[in-house]
Amino acid sequence: MDAACMRLSGGLDSLWMLSAGGTTVDAPGSHPSAAGGVTTPPAVALVDVRKTFGEVVAVEGLSLEVKAGEFFTMLGPSGSGKTTTLRVIAGFELADSGRVHLHGVDVTRSPPYEREVNTVFQDYALFPHMDVLENVAYGLRVKGVSKRERRERASEALEMVRLPNVESRRPIQLSGGQRQRVALARALVNRPRVLLLDEPLGALDLKLRQAMQLELKSIQRELSEHITFIYVTHDQDEALTMSDRIAVFSDGRIEQVGTPGDVYERPANEFVAGFVGTSNIFEQHGRTYTVRPEKIRLLADTDTDVPGAAGIVRDVAYLGSVTRYVVELDRGETLVVVRQNLDMSAEQALAERGRRVRLAWREQDAKVLQTNQQEVERQ
Amino acid sequence: MIGSGRWSRIAFAVWAALIMLFLFFPIVIIMLYAFNPSNVQSWPLSGLSTRWFSSTWHNTEVRQALWLSLRAGLLATGVAMLLGTMAAFAVDRFRFFGREAVSLVLVLPIALPGIITGMALNSFISFNSLTFSLLTIVIGHATFCIVTVYNNVLARLRRTQSSLVEASMDLGADGWQTFRYVTLPMIATALVAGGLLAFALSFDEIVVTTFTAGAQNTLPIWIFAHIRNGQQLPQVNVVVLFVILVSLLPVALAQRLTRDTGVLRSGRGAPAPGPARATAAPAIGAGAAP
Repeated sequence: MDAACMRLSGGLDSLWMLSAGGTTVDAPGSHPSAAGGVTTPPAVALVDVRKTFGEVVAVEGLSLEVKAGEFFTMLGPSGSGKTTTLRVIAGFELADSGRVHLHGVDVTRSPPYEREVNTVFQDYALFPHMDVLENVAYGLRVKGVSKRERRERASEALEMVRLPNVESRRPIQLSGGQRQRVALARALVNRPRVLLLDEPLGALDLKLRQAMQLELKSIQRELSEHITFIYVTHDQDEALTMSDRIAVFSDGRIEQVGTPGDVYERPANEFVAGFVGTSNIFEQHGRTYTVRPEKIRLLADTDTDVPGAAGIVRDVAYLGSVTRYVVELDRGETLVVVRQNLDMSAEQALAERGRRVRLAWREQDAKVLQTNQQEVERQ
Repeated sequence: MIGSGRWSRIAFAVWAALIMLFLFFPIVIIMLYAFNPSNVQSWPLSGLSTRWFSSTWHNTEVRQALWLSLRAGLLATGVAMLLGTMAAFAVDRFRFFGREAVSLVLVLPIALPGIITGMALNSFISFNSLTFSLLTIVIGHATFCIVTVYNNVLARLRRTQSSLVEASMDLGADGWQTFRYVTLPMIATALVAGGLLAFALSFDEIVVTTFTAGAQNTLPIWIFAHIRNGQQLPQVNVVVLFVILVSLLPVALAQRLTRDTGVLRSGRGAPAPGPARATAAPAIGAGAAP
């Protein structure tokens, strides 16, 4: 980003004006927001990245392309390598091998301060000895932006995250949600081309988290012409809510990359099926299938005109809007069924425990799972 | 149970008061003697006077000793702040072979009797035919001053979020800017507190100084010499009063500085309460020994 462009300020649109110098190339691509047929290279491209910590392999053979303007989520359990991947992109960790490209530029060996990415940290990492405005303006200050301009831009960024009137407070005087917004403003004020978010909502309570999810998504939509979001989380609901695409991580590898619909409705393997949603796995005709709990119909035992599997309700959990039934089939498997409490009271739902039932689902809702990729590779 | 009854509580209170009296009464007496109008030490004082203050101030020996003590203290403190901080960073940030050993080596000089450090330095200086000078005093003092800075800074670093440095780098600050704008402000109070303690240690040190000063007199050595030969006792009392004040003030200041200032790790919610206050005290620890 060149200096002249950094100094532009004004409304939101100009706030996000970014230099395109040296990064636009004529290459076929499919990014929807790329105007005029000229497309940009992927915002982030990882090629065969490997990172170890001592004996522990954190990430192995990882390749990934994130399109410009995307809300891309790296989803996985802790220790699956998603945060390491984020840190490799940010430059906090250097890959042992493999390449890291940002907008077509190889930054594999560049230090963090030379990369046009900014990070929202899990613990926010606000500078405790600076007030909110100084925190937000920090990136501009170290780049030598004039005092007046950085005040203006920091204020704008705080307005954007809807946090005015706290400029002169210290981080310690803010609530968790407010700190989270300051951290976001502090990153956004630098007009990064890629914004990295490391479980930024992890420390917030559920209501606040859900509100922030929507807000983050709307900020991203507003800025998607200029900025790519890469989001790390272990929360599948969060991933499904916000993402354009999701990469599901396990054991330092990517199990599947796809839209929320892809990974939820067409999970590539058993791990994805289990991690993104409830894994309802059963064997039939020598193949492994999965079917989502809400796609299963819970029928009375007497309802034999529909083909289905008979079983017994072993457990019932009443969850307010829905009820979850654990059904043990006569042929051995246990499936989870979720049913909306349309005309079912809590008492009625709980009374289902121990009843004999029949389960049925549409054929297209049972997905064939690939054999676990890792198992194939290990053999 | 011990201490549960009313009488035993009173007994404990009296016992504690007696101990405090035993510890501090002599110091109070010495401080009072500085105001003794007579040149003979007798009790009770025949009145209060500041006549010895002026004569002490005009004593060139005292002035030279004071000047030497100040220079030695400031230089040793400077060396300690530099080396102690660097050592603290090394131990906090990096894992390397001998990391624990570094900690031990730094703490050892205050655990070892000063006389051993003193003799060792003395034979080293003589063996290498170096001249005893301000420099040799500074080296001697630095050996036990480093640890106060090291301990304070290390304690602060351990309570500081490591992600702050990453955040700074992430926002475009290079290594120097990060140190200047983030790291240094974070450790500033701990660093100053460590420095103040180091100065206080150096200013009243006598054992190591005896072996490294050669023919020069620092203030404590001057006091020691004149108490032994019994001359100029009134002036000695004035100097002692001064040394007590100069040693106490930095310690008190250091205590204040290392209190929780809100600069410390804020965690997820409220400021960390308890442990923040504990830094200054353990940092002095055995430091009073030499």
